[in-house]
Amino acid sequence: MAQMTLVQAINHALAHEMERDDRVVVLGEDVGLNGGVFRVTEGLQKRFGPERVADTPLAESGIMGTAIGLAMAGMRPVPEIQFEGFLGPAYDQLVNHAARYRTRSRGAVTIPLTVRVPVGGGIHAPELHSDSPEAIYAHHPGLKVVMPSTPYDAKGLLLSAIRDPDPVVFFEPKRVYRSFREDVPEDDYTIPIGQAKVVAEGTDVTVVTWGAPVFQCLAAMDELPEDASIELIDLRTIYPIDVETIVESVRKTGRCVVVHEAPKTAGLGAEIATLIQEHCFLHLEAPVQRCTGFDTVMPYYKLELDYLPESPRIQKAIEECLAY
Amino acid sequence: MPRKVVYEARVEYVQILDEEGRLDAKLAAGTLTDEQVAFLYEQMVICRQYDEVAFKLQRSGRMGTYPQNKGQEAAALGSGFAAKKGADFLVPCYRENAALFLHGLPMEHILLHWMGDERGNQIPEGVNVTPISIPIGTQMLHATGIAWAYKIRREPRCVITYFGDGATSEGDFHEAANFASTLQVPCIFFCQNNQWAISVPRETQTASETIAQKALAYGMPTVQVDGNDLFAVYKETRDALERARSGGGPSFIEAVTYRLGDHTTADDARRYRDPEEVAAWQQKDPMIRTRRYLENKGLWDDDRQRAAEERAKAIVQEVVRAAEGIEKPTTDDIFNFTFAELPAEIVRQRDTLRTSSIGQDRTHPDVASRTGASTR
Repeated sequence: MAQMTLVQAINHALAHEMERDDRVVVLGEDVGLNGGVFRVTEGLQKRFGPERVADTPLAESGIMGTAIGLAMAGMRPVPEIQFEGFLGPAYDQLVNHAARYRTRSRGAVTIPLTVRVPVGGGIHAPELHSDSPEAIYAHHPGLKVVMPSTPYDAKGLLLSAIRDPDPVVFFEPKRVYRSFREDVPEDDYTIPIGQAKVVAEGTDVTVVTWGAPVFQCLAAMDELPEDASIELIDLRTIYPIDVETIVESVRKTGRCVVVHEAPKTAGLGAEIATLIQEHCFLHLEAPVQRCTGFDTVMPYYKLELDYLPESPRIQKAIEECLAY
Repeated sequence: MPRKVVYEARVEYVQILDEEGRLDAKLAAGTLTDEQVAFLYEQMVICRQYDEVAFKLQRSGRMGTYPQNKGQEAAALGSGFAAKKGADFLVPCYRENAALFLHGLPMEHILLHWMGDERGNQIPEGVNVTPISIPIGTQMLHATGIAWAYKIRREPRCVITYFGDGATSEGDFHEAANFASTLQVPCIFFCQNNQWAISVPRETQTASETIAQKALAYGMPTVQVDGNDLFAVYKETRDALERARSGGGPSFIEAVTYRLGDHTTADDARRYRDPEEVAAWQQKDPMIRTRRYLENKGLWDDDRQRAAEERAKAIVQEVVRAAEGIEKPTTDDIFNFTFAELPAEIVRQRDTLRTSSIGQDRTHPDVASRTGASTR
């Protein structure tokens, strides 16, 4: 067992799977010699060679489109898109091709690719380096969407993603990349896609979140009175969503706050609130509360902490929900 | 059926001022006057100083990520100087600071941008440049569209769009080149081939012998120039602009230069670049040869250099003061520019930012009585 950051755990998981399965190839901008701009793929090219860890031309559509071809031909590609803001050019390939191939070929062609994408704000990054587009991809049938918040979960989920027979969008919250270390077993283990995690058990209110805001929620909980019993759920997988864990919790607490960095309108919070309304209507003591980014363009970093759901705002949301 | 050649390609390389500061007088005829060269050299001194100070601001935590421009000043200035300030339009990437300043962009704007302040993108009225572009290669299509509008309205104006070697791998580049050429719009595609797209060298980026030849596939006049040579850059850009202005359509210029710094302050090029390569390019620094040229003509000396550096320091110090002196934008600024007319939900989020967790209107008596939230 070694102490690893999120970056190290993902790097370790990639190496582990490349060692185990020679169909796994990594491709993207600066992923080889430079080890990725966040060093997530550091050392992999040296270890596995430039054929399996390829520095591609600067072309996101090219990266995604050729990954589809690699997958069709029996490889297990793990393309990297350098920042979520650069998914744009790859969008067509991902949603119109990777996501649809199984359906349109009636199962004859499948696309087992895992696209890794650093995501989210809070690191003083430049424009188009801080967005949270997970809801967009969750909305596209045929894609699985994952966002771990801890090194342990990242390894287990990445191994599941690479072994999954369908395309997976694997979002990595930048803000967590180097924020802490935890024990990550070097053995093989997986965490099933579609399984949320109850981070803290409680009885008064359920807080549902994923990615970096998990830690903002924990900070908010520390500030709340001790007699407020809060259940915190880290969704881990955005799609397929773990309805059961959410429903079980909200039936118990009767109250729910959903926290995400992405804009409020048509964000995942809307889906979760509706699921709760469908499954827990008679258990609800308060409207489901959303604490999210605003319906605006993600601001440059001088204002990013005013935009993101930081712990004081989450605290207020929980208080509002509890007071209702 | 016979087998015959249906297309033959040729790309010229132009150098007028070599690394030693020697000028090809024949090619230089009718290009830059000594006075203009001295003026542009002084701009180089200012921009180099700006670049060094920006780097230090990042290192000392006073600014976010910054992409140094150093080594590419001749490419920016030679091309920018050829364009008509106030008439032609520049559509940049992020390594053309010198050209933007030449066209009237206040110098603190670029610092503000990298300080995470969107007011750095608020281009003053009458300055014909777009804000610097972060995603790679997307701006060339906008440049083509602007040039298209000029053509439709029969305005004698041109556009220069800047991008790097890496950007020519993006699909948008090929679409822009194809549109510009088929529509015959007055747009100059100015590629700053600085040899590196972060860690990916030019040879890995494309199997083409030159970047310039890519334009041939779109039927566009093209040329490769020594990008560290003020004269060659100026001459070829001026000629391309003249051609465009007289209805000759777009042109492509590949300026062969070098990124002397890291990709950005978040990068460490020592991880992937041979120090000998960097050292060799340092000798080709555009500032060295331009200064040599002026010295050989008796137009420059150590005293003038010192004086220019002092002026540059004072200018940049003032710019930093302006950029750092500006008050933090208010949270209203997050919302106010989303639309010309804000939808009610955005107004609600903006106006109740401090009283509710997500800007809900909690003032309805039924809700207020249950939560007390409106009084908080």
